[in-house]
Amino acid sequence: MMQSMPDTPTLNPIDGLMTQIYRDLHHAIDQGQLTNPLMVGIHSGGVWIAEELHERLNLSDPLGRLNITFYRDDFDTIGLHPQVAPSQLPVDIDGRDIILVDDVLYTGRTIRAALNELFDYGRPARIWLTVLFERDGRELPIAAQTVGQRLQLNPQQQIHVDGPTPLTARIVTREETH
Amino acid sequence: MAVNFVRPIIPKLAKDPWAIQFDSQGHLKHLLTIEGLGPTWITRILDTAEGFMSVADREIKKVPLLRGRTVVNLFFESSTRTRTTFELAAKRLSADVLNINLSTSATTKGESLLDTLRNIEAMQADMFVVRHDQSGAAHFIARHVAPHVSVLNAGDGWHAHPTQALLDAFTIRRIKGDFAPLRIAIVGDVRHSRVARSQIHAFNSLNVGELRVIGPRTLIPNDIEPLGVRVFHDMRTGLKDVDVIIMLRLQRERMESGLLPTEQEFYRIYGLTEEKLGWAKPDAIVMHPGPANRGVEIESRVADGPQSVILEQVSNGIGVRMAVMALCMSASTE
Repeated sequence: MMQSMPDTPTLNPIDGLMTQIYRDLHHAIDQGQLTNPLMVGIHSGGVWIAEELHERLNLSDPLGRLNITFYRDDFDTIGLHPQVAPSQLPVDIDGRDIILVDDVLYTGRTIRAALNELFDYGRPARIWLTVLFERDGRELPIAAQTVGQRLQLNPQQQIHVDGPTPLTARIVTREETH
Repeated sequence: MAVNFVRPIIPKLAKDPWAIQFDSQGHLKHLLTIEGLGPTWITRILDTAEGFMSVADREIKKVPLLRGRTVVNLFFESSTRTRTTFELAAKRLSADVLNINLSTSATTKGESLLDTLRNIEAMQADMFVVRHDQSGAAHFIARHVAPHVSVLNAGDGWHAHPTQALLDAFTIRRIKGDFAPLRIAIVGDVRHSRVARSQIHAFNSLNVGELRVIGPRTLIPNDIEPLGVRVFHDMRTGLKDVDVIIMLRLQRERMESGLLPTEQEFYRIYGLTEEKLGWAKPDAIVMHPGPANRGVEIESRVADGPQSVILEQVSNGIGVRMAVMALCMSASTE
């Protein structure tokens, strides 16, 4: 059930967030913090965001896509989701700067899984985490370098990102029984 | 051993003998036969396998999904290819693998199957991959294992070889796409083939356009047509307009038991030669579950020819077995 709580923070419009992320990444590339970066999106929300950023940044290498299903640590409880397309990393990631893109950074477990998967493909020089939303509730020591919006939410609240066109986001409140 | 082709000897304990394949939540736990899976589970396995195929293209051909789990290959009947692909599938999922060849082990010393089972269970196994020359052996083991253990049938007697049928369906889907417009012919010793039985159930579940079996009367069961196949005894008419040809292995014991005159005679009539292959559709693919008897059921030039997908079947077998293992193990801990 979805319901708005009186103290629910508001999500900023996605267009503005995307422009801000684009500028921040562009700046990081200009400043030499990222060299000829390879962009990798995490299925599904991260890929939608990465597709747009990849186009706007005009990156030379094709976009990589990660499906972290096989790397999740909650596989025992949630099972497999075969409908998700397999990972595709079209170029060698050894020694490369990687912009890893996801929609929401929450517990950090998805990013942990993505890092493990990336290291099974090779040894990147740097991984730069970019997320549309960062919220509190980290369970692992993981931080994002480029963030669209930072929020404080209560544990019942979740950010749902839908896409790819239009890309939308909303805060949903889970029932207590969940 | 007289085994009815349609219903092998399976203890009839429940109304639905295949319900044991699912846990209380309806999730796949054991894979014993194609029967009872239905198109939803078959498709789910094939889709999952598709995801695992990319693991083989990586530098590190491993995902951590089953790390810390133990898979035991219990082979009461020898098999190199099936055991190796199950072993590789388990290893690519990061499971620990134990291979036990029981045809030369404890059972010859008089230990009962259940005793063997209990002993291996005590080693904290999470999954048994079972091959046995008796129909229903995997089913028997599934009924007696500890609740957390999954059982995969890697071939039991004349009954079933479900992962082979699934990898064949997977191979066909990858090359031909949709099953509905296809004509598939299974050729040779259908009567004694657990592969053929499982294929017939799988292809009918997936709504293959037309399923044919081709072979001599002695090697085609009388009661096979109700399973949804057309029977042919002549290769030329049987192969006409066929998209997929599946050759079965001919076992030499059949000659000894008088069901066939000679290998040469069989090859002349039913062996897949380049000439006979020309009777099927020009883009027909040739499959074989292996190991192939060259010059008995298939000509070398066909087995190694451009229409053969025999080696693709082997590669696909790893992805399909990874999928089945991952799906069954994701149920076993719930």
